[in-house]
Amino acid sequence: MFPSTFDYVRAGSVAEAISILDGSDDAKLIAGGHSLLPLMKLRLAAPSTLVDIGRLSELNYIEDRGDHVAIGALTRHRDLETSAVLKHSVPILSHVAGEVGDPAVRHRGTIGGSIAHGDGASDLPAAVLALDATMVVRSASGERTVPAANFFKGFLETDLGQGEVLTEIRVPKVSGGWAYKKFNRRAQDWAIVGVAVVRNGSTRISLVNMGSTPLRASASENAINQGASIEEAANLASEGIDPPSDLNASAEYRRHLASVLVRRALQEASA
Amino acid sequence: MQVTMTVNGQTVSRDVEPRTLLVHFLRDHVGLTGTNVGCDTSSCGACTVHVNGESVKSCTMLAVQADGQEITTIEGLASPEGELHPMQKAFQENHGLQCGFCTPGMVMAATSFLKENPHPTEAEVRLGLEGNLCRCTGYHNIVKSVLAAAESMGE
Repeated sequence: MFPSTFDYVRAGSVAEAISILDGSDDAKLIAGGHSLLPLMKLRLAAPSTLVDIGRLSELNYIEDRGDHVAIGALTRHRDLETSAVLKHSVPILSHVAGEVGDPAVRHRGTIGGSIAHGDGASDLPAAVLALDATMVVRSASGERTVPAANFFKGFLETDLGQGEVLTEIRVPKVSGGWAYKKFNRRAQDWAIVGVAVVRNGSTRISLVNMGSTPLRASASENAINQGASIEEAANLASEGIDPPSDLNASAEYRRHLASVLVRRALQEASA
Repeated sequence: MQVTMTVNGQTVSRDVEPRTLLVHFLRDHVGLTGTNVGCDTSSCGACTVHVNGESVKSCTMLAVQADGQEITTIEGLASPEGELHPMQKAFQENHGLQCGFCTPGMVMAATSFLKENPHPTEAEVRLGLEGNLCRCTGYHNIVKSVLAAAESMGE
């Protein structure tokens, strides 16, 4: 399978990438390419221009900044997985990065790519949602920040505009318990359902593959934060959520899985 | 577009379309057909090569992205004199293959894995190879081979 034809430009800086995006209706950024190239090979995406930002070392870092850790968008899953800073201050993110795909995929895929792709079935978007992370977005008119809660808009759709580049992810440090439960039937598959729990003062719970974007399990969160038992909170996991049916699972089975996994994740995060 | 990279220690330069995938560059432009195309969707790992020493699925990387990088394929693993890499020897000695189609990818994934984890447990080997599928289901001897290679390389 080949992608459609496209022009390829290797950007020498973020500013150059932004100016190329601004001059085009449908140019796309590429870094590791492990979300975009599969779509292009299936002809589900056919951008006229690919702007390669994969070598911009200015966006490849993991920095301790006091109350949070700042992660450059081009940091690879492998580097998240092995980062001493993350293992110490945001261990769930390091763990979740190690759950993405397989080792070869993790050698290429980047956190910025995964989040900008915005797949509700992917691990990292749900993790940054549970972590209440902040996305830093740069464009010709400057920089803005978007909380994870407002970043994921629809199926493979995020808050990013055409001339914008996701440059950094700011992740609050986690002092309490956490857990990530990914249920799949074969090694390296996407989660049929996944659950991330972060207890940082209050408890946040996010769901993988329960909708077109990563979702918060708001009813479970409210219940546990108001003193309900884990069992009671878990039973509310899919309240107000309309999960998809597909070859892997019916909507009903997904609802069942969500409750079971929220229960297990809350138990682990509370242990 | 002109791309230049090091493949198995030799500088290779070709004029390719930007949409050329690294695996097709290696097979069709450079003539190294040891790297196989299996699923073509970054699932099966038959196309695994090393980019700058790390395992990568070459069906999911553009040749232009590999410009200036160092690529190693299964053909580049043995010494120039033809002595097999310890991983290749271990696969031979432990019958780590049946039909052989997944083998180049398995060997490349396994050598990259041992660099990151030189003394793995059996469970770690299985997890380390989760991105490589063997349609013959010959995993048992593949895992045995990787453990044997880890032992011989650690000596």
